[in-house]
Amino acid sequence: MTAFPSEVASWTAAQIYSGLREKQISAAEIATAALAFAQAENPKTNAYLEFCGERAMATARTVDQQLAAGKDPGPLAGVPVAIKDVIMTRGVRSSCGSRLLERFVPPYDATAVERLERAGALLLGKTNCDEFAMGSSNENSAFGPVRNPHDPERVPGGSSGGSAACVAQGTAVVSLGSDTGGSIRQPASFCGVVGVTPTYGRVSRYGLAAFASSLDHIGPFGRSVHDAALVLQAIAGRDEHDATSSAAPVPDYLAALGRDVKGKRIGLPKEYFEGLPTETGDLIARGVETLKKLGCEVREISLPNTEYAVPCYYVIATAEASSNLARYDGVRYTIRARDANTLAAMYRATRGQGFGDECKRRIMLGTYVLSHGYYDAYYVKAQRVRSLIARDFAQAFENVDAIVAPVSPSPAFKLGEKTGDPMEMYLSDIYTITGDLAGVPCMSVPCGNTPAGLPVGMQIFTRHFDEAGMLELAAAFERAGVSG
Amino acid sequence: MAAETEDLTAKYEAVIGLEVHVQLATRTKIFCACATSFGAPANTNVCPVCLGLPGALPVLNRAAVEMAVRASLGLHCRVNPVSRFARKNYFYPDLPKGYQISQYDEPLAEHGWVEVAAAGGGAKRIGVTRVHLEDDAGKSIHDGFRDSADYTYVDLNRAGTPLIEIVSEPDIRTPDEAYAYLTALKETMQFLGVSECDMEKGQLRCDANVSIRPRGETKLGTKAEVKNLNSFRFARLAIEYEIARQARVLTSGGRLVQETRLYNSETGETASMRSKEHAHDYRYFPEPDLAPVRISAAWLEEIRDAMPEPPAEKRARFIASYGLREYDAQVLTGSRELSDYFEAVVKACGDARLAANWVTGDLMGALDGKAIEESPVPAGRLGELCTLIAKGEISGKLAKEIFARMLETGDSPSVIMEREGLRQISDKGELDRIVNEVLAASAKQVEQYRAGKTAVIGYLVGQVMKATQGQADPAAVRELLQAKLAS
Amino acid sequence: MKISPEQAAMVADLANLDLTNEEMQRITHDLEEILTHMEALNRADTTGVEPMAQVLFDAAESPLLRADEPRPGIGVEGALLNAPLSGAGHFKVPKVIER
Repeated sequence: MTAFPSEVASWTAAQIYSGLREKQISAAEIATAALAFAQAENPKTNAYLEFCGERAMATARTVDQQLAAGKDPGPLAGVPVAIKDVIMTRGVRSSCGSRLLERFVPPYDATAVERLERAGALLLGKTNCDEFAMGSSNENSAFGPVRNPHDPERVPGGSSGGSAACVAQGTAVVSLGSDTGGSIRQPASFCGVVGVTPTYGRVSRYGLAAFASSLDHIGPFGRSVHDAALVLQAIAGRDEHDATSSAAPVPDYLAALGRDVKGKRIGLPKEYFEGLPTETGDLIARGVETLKKLGCEVREISLPNTEYAVPCYYVIATAEASSNLARYDGVRYTIRARDANTLAAMYRATRGQGFGDECKRRIMLGTYVLSHGYYDAYYVKAQRVRSLIARDFAQAFENVDAIVAPVSPSPAFKLGEKTGDPMEMYLSDIYTITGDLAGVPCMSVPCGNTPAGLPVGMQIFTRHFDEAGMLELAAAFERAGVSG
Repeated sequence: MAAETEDLTAKYEAVIGLEVHVQLATRTKIFCACATSFGAPANTNVCPVCLGLPGALPVLNRAAVEMAVRASLGLHCRVNPVSRFARKNYFYPDLPKGYQISQYDEPLAEHGWVEVAAAGGGAKRIGVTRVHLEDDAGKSIHDGFRDSADYTYVDLNRAGTPLIEIVSEPDIRTPDEAYAYLTALKETMQFLGVSECDMEKGQLRCDANVSIRPRGETKLGTKAEVKNLNSFRFARLAIEYEIARQARVLTSGGRLVQETRLYNSETGETASMRSKEHAHDYRYFPEPDLAPVRISAAWLEEIRDAMPEPPAEKRARFIASYGLREYDAQVLTGSRELSDYFEAVVKACGDARLAANWVTGDLMGALDGKAIEESPVPAGRLGELCTLIAKGEISGKLAKEIFARMLETGDSPSVIMEREGLRQISDKGELDRIVNEVLAASAKQVEQYRAGKTAVIGYLVGQVMKATQGQADPAAVRELLQAKLAS
Repeated sequence: MKISPEQAAMVADLANLDLTNEEMQRITHDLEEILTHMEALNRADTTGVEPMAQVLFDAAESPLLRADEPRPGIGVEGALLNAPLSGAGHFKVPKVIER
């Protein structure tokens, strides 16, 4: 019997699964080792904001008891998981990356968290993120930026920077992030890990601090397609606490992973490749070559309304955000500004002092586009354009099974490089926001590194509720490796 | 003042619209499973959803939809097959999410009416523009605590209670009509089981939009929104005051401004709320967390079939089917419980008029203002009594005696009659014998009667009743006496 | 796309945000730049296109409606756990001057 691998950073869910059942290791040992490693390594990236060792140990004890009793401890038993800090965890501080919630301890768990723990996963801690998930670099956190494990001078991407970084760094095996405009896929690309954004409504949003309600998704990060799929399997499915969650049956994602993808029709949207910097373009091209070698039929398609995606997204997202963030008001559970003697002053000071720049900017923009006189011109217009963008995808999927594209125009940029110009930052979301607008499932799978050694991800989109098809393709790609 | 009022009435026409909020009598809140019970200790019926915690999401209560549809049908509205929720965004400490979930462009129901008695006689229909669903805010308490001078206390138990907002067309023309509209609305909601509409418990709240215009003018005048109307009576008084105030302003050459005014029940006046720099911009947009509300034809029929009968329809039916007078129909539909009671009595004895007399007269007299639910006599028992009367087995007088016992003991008529030997003497022979005995013992009166003083028969009847311990039918006794005295 | 200081102040007012002069200027400038970019939306031909307020799939056809069964909440301790100021089972806020 071989010993259980000692390198925590490279543990896989499959290793843990067999290791536990073959008694090479106990869940308690996994928890102890994982926590120790995470706590020791975290200062390099600042990926974690909070550890919850006791909680992880408690679950580990349950898992070990169940195993000893010959019972099934769950498909994720003993797997260390980290949770983005915008996702509520009962009894564990959940700050959403904001000063306003720096002392907030939720009295309830998000449904996704509940389902993970029920599957036996060990909750190691909460990860750093852009404040209220608003950002593309994790530089908007009130608790310091996250550093990319591949290069500490660079950003990990955002807003789920911490969740991507800890998986890349090995301080968690899998993690949960959230995606509204690309906040899972882009950090996955920047950190060289797998990041999955499911169909809208596939995973319950209950317990995810809302940024933009019609665009928010919870999704997994993993070091392999398999591990990400395992998490998705555990958290997907209708939730009675989320009226927008879908009742569509959840297929067996893992069964899809080994299948042959020969004959799959792949579309490359020309709008996503025009003007794409060669550094990224070359790697994606090589990825496409791999797909061809796997027997996929690759053709050019058009998603003609892509040019309107950024303004469309930012109108809708900020409008909804301005409303969703109104609850952070100093009354019930946030910090409260001192020296404010009237209610009005208290509100303004609490929010003015408590929110960071990016949040304030988006709240102002969202409030403006919803305000009297501008509602039709901006908000309603953007919703109509959203229909057009969704239609582009629906029409494309009549002729292809999957769409492949870059995730981001560039790999991880340097800390501070883009913080001066918000519009520039917004424009770099161009390839990811369309997926959220249409509600289609999408993901990033590692597609090689640049000559400088920076990871680049390849994006895959499929039809609504075809996560199985998407994961199947990603798994085959992963097995084959990027063409040389 | 009276002369002035007459003057104003002649010159100006008042145009009044009412906005009423009614709390639905569901067991749980509209978007979460917290209980809706009134009077619970502060912040004990709360959860992440109604507290507006990060990550909480609303899920619609089916019973709230059904009650709202019921209310809409009772108000003769068209129920929209699809309606949508919208966010109304503003800040207030008892508004946990920083927005209310309401309905804006696409409400649940529209184009209904409420019938009231018109000023000059007959009936008038006040239009109901719309009925929509929304969630209630919590309570902000501004006094009563030690440091209430510096702090407002907030209790979120009420936050999330289901409300319907009922908006009337500006069809109301007088304070009395407003009062009648509110009364009819409350009655309908009570009969339908939608709400008890107890204003003291905040189950019904009302704001009035009041404007005036010269008679004959069709354009609407500048309106004032009048708030803080804590009873129907105050609503009527406030509207009366406001009409007069507006008329005074106009006749003195002043201009009216669109504003919100608060009614002060102590002074009887309305006063302007300090006006804000800009009217509030609620930035309504469709609620992304909830699917549209879909009322299929099948569901609508289901609700309609299961719905209790609204009061106006019930009154009409009482008059038509039972042949009741309007006045009695009105009294008997004073509450749903009372009308149910009445119909149970009718069902038992088969005589609606008899049942009506007994319920409105003897029973309600005995209750003396107490609710029918407190009646010591169940409907079935009163029905038994009425059956006996209807069959002629007991006289009205005997029935009253038995009824008195029923009130005391709660027993059925047959038990009482058995126990106390209260039986109408139906045996003709027996009665004959007693009458003869009385006649024999009352020679003087017999003579007086035969001499033409017929009124003395009353005494003779009385004697027979005494001899029978009230167990004879006085009408039959009188007849018998008359027959015997005639011979 | 220009935003006047009055407009910016009104928006900050509606959003209940205290902004320093510097912040107000900077954010207003950012907003102007972003809104100029938003005008690209006007080039999109949306005649006859319905606004897409939500991504709903089956959630609309099989709406999730809750049964009217009470469930225990989190109780007053849970409710006030994170309150910056509370007393007598209530949240406390500085006095409301007017609504």
